[in-house]
Amino acid sequence: MNSYEHSVSLDLSRCTGCTTCLKHCPTEAIRIQDGHAKINPNRCIDCGICIRICPNKAKKATYSRMDKVMKYKWKIALPAPALYGQFEDLENVDYVLQGLKDIGFDDVFEVSKAAELVSAYTRLYLKTNGIAKPVISSACPVVLRLISLRYPTLREHIMQLLPPMEVAARLARQRAMEEHPELAREDICVCFISPCPAKVSYVRNGFGDYQSEVDEVLSISDVYFNLINVMRREQEPQQLSESGKIGISWATTGGEASAIFNDKYLAADGIENVNHVLEQLDNGNISNLEFIELNACPGGCVGGAMTVENPFVAKARLQTLRRYLPVSQTQLQGEEKEFIPQNIFFDKLPTYLPIQRLSENFGESLRMMAAIQKLHEELPGIDCGACGAPNCRAYAEDVICGRAEADGCTILRSKKLEALLLQKEGTDDSQ
Amino acid sequence: MNEAVRFHFVVDGEDFTSAGQASVQVKKNLRKLGISPEIIRKISIAMYEGEINMVIHADGGEADVLVYEDRIEIILTDRGPGIANIDLAMQEGFSTAPDNVRSLGFGAGMGLPNMKRYTDDMKIESTLGEGTTITMTVKL
Repeated sequence: MNSYEHSVSLDLSRCTGCTTCLKHCPTEAIRIQDGHAKINPNRCIDCGICIRICPNKAKKATYSRMDKVMKYKWKIALPAPALYGQFEDLENVDYVLQGLKDIGFDDVFEVSKAAELVSAYTRLYLKTNGIAKPVISSACPVVLRLISLRYPTLREHIMQLLPPMEVAARLARQRAMEEHPELAREDICVCFISPCPAKVSYVRNGFGDYQSEVDEVLSISDVYFNLINVMRREQEPQQLSESGKIGISWATTGGEASAIFNDKYLAADGIENVNHVLEQLDNGNISNLEFIELNACPGGCVGGAMTVENPFVAKARLQTLRRYLPVSQTQLQGEEKEFIPQNIFFDKLPTYLPIQRLSENFGESLRMMAAIQKLHEELPGIDCGACGAPNCRAYAEDVICGRAEADGCTILRSKKLEALLLQKEGTDDSQ
Repeated sequence: MNEAVRFHFVVDGEDFTSAGQASVQVKKNLRKLGISPEIIRKISIAMYEGEINMVIHADGGEADVLVYEDRIEIILTDRGPGIANIDLAMQEGFSTAPDNVRSLGFGAGMGLPNMKRYTDDMKIESTLGEGTTITMTVKL
């Protein structure tokens, strides 16, 4: 698990070593060392806050480029519903889907269509006997990683159904193989158009022992600029969209949860709120709930770091777009109404990664904790960040764990210097 | 090492909205020590219940968590009204919580019973008009 591949990277030439990202990272994964930010990969949850907040645009999301995708023989676009919220005055999703074909994709499979299927299965899932309630949505990869790093007892609450992106990827590939038997596995590129870097990481690393069905991930912002060139909207587009209100609503907070058709749900967004909810759930203080939807980004997926538009503007546009759509365009048929197909489940929850542990040895951990507390008391406590750690407590921990020099606190240093000077002056006077 | 690592918290009785914060802090610290998730859960629930009790009944108090190599002790001290009948207070469903906190879902009479359930040992020392000290121990 040490080889976890992240999708947030740093452009060294742009990083000035300021403390902005340091202060905002929700998992304290960043330190400023040698004049620039360093991300601890074991702690990073790919939330994208540092990308959004960096005043110098030094933090970047890594994702695939269009030209790489276009080299494949059969390219399938999987647009996240958040993509639809990026365009002004869009009356019809079909313009976007047609646009995707016009920029070179051979087929389009809407993630919102798969989302409606996942919503239908979720309603069945919640009726299953013996599952831990409330059930936590498995859609936001940041939340999944946060749970595996910090909330081991909540792992069993995670809904063991694949997220819409994966369901869409599987169905899209299936369709390509059926309609074009001449295609080989490696001819097909299933390409997710993503609002956030966390989905890139999910695709690269998988989840538990599940490996993603998505081949490449593009960013909404890149695709957006390609699309506006071709989306003239002069001609009526082909009728391609198969999404209803539910599918489109997955792009914003509350969309997934309200689709369980039961008001015993909670929907929260923003990493701070997500942490508060998980904390309360962990303490057993949230009762009588069936379902919890948590999104790391403000507003939901429309707030992802790889989108173009402000999340609230995007949300308002989606409201208009879905107004006259049917509730759902996907209904379960026959046996599906009773049983969720086995291939929609994932088997294994990721293992708990106790990254916060000071030492493998408990006695040693206790000694270190005592040393950290002692050092912390000596520090000024103003959490200035000049030492390169986000706050005095984190710095004390870094020193005791051998990750930082003991003389890193500028305030302590200047106090010592002052005392030394005063002492000298004192001796001078007495002479 | 015979000396325990101590985490000290002042539980503010003035601000009801901050009740439960000490429990969150304890959890963070215990994770750093590598204590198992099951034990952390027990301690944070016991601690949370105790904290809420101090805020509701005693205008706050102090909480100390002492981590030894073989056990964790939680000591909650308040200068509240004291518990008139400890046996009665230990009964599930018995509560003297006022209506205004019941509307928030507290006052179900499960606080003390839960604290006992989630710890290996619990001692209550209480003097009417002077205050209450509760010592809970969880074996490691």
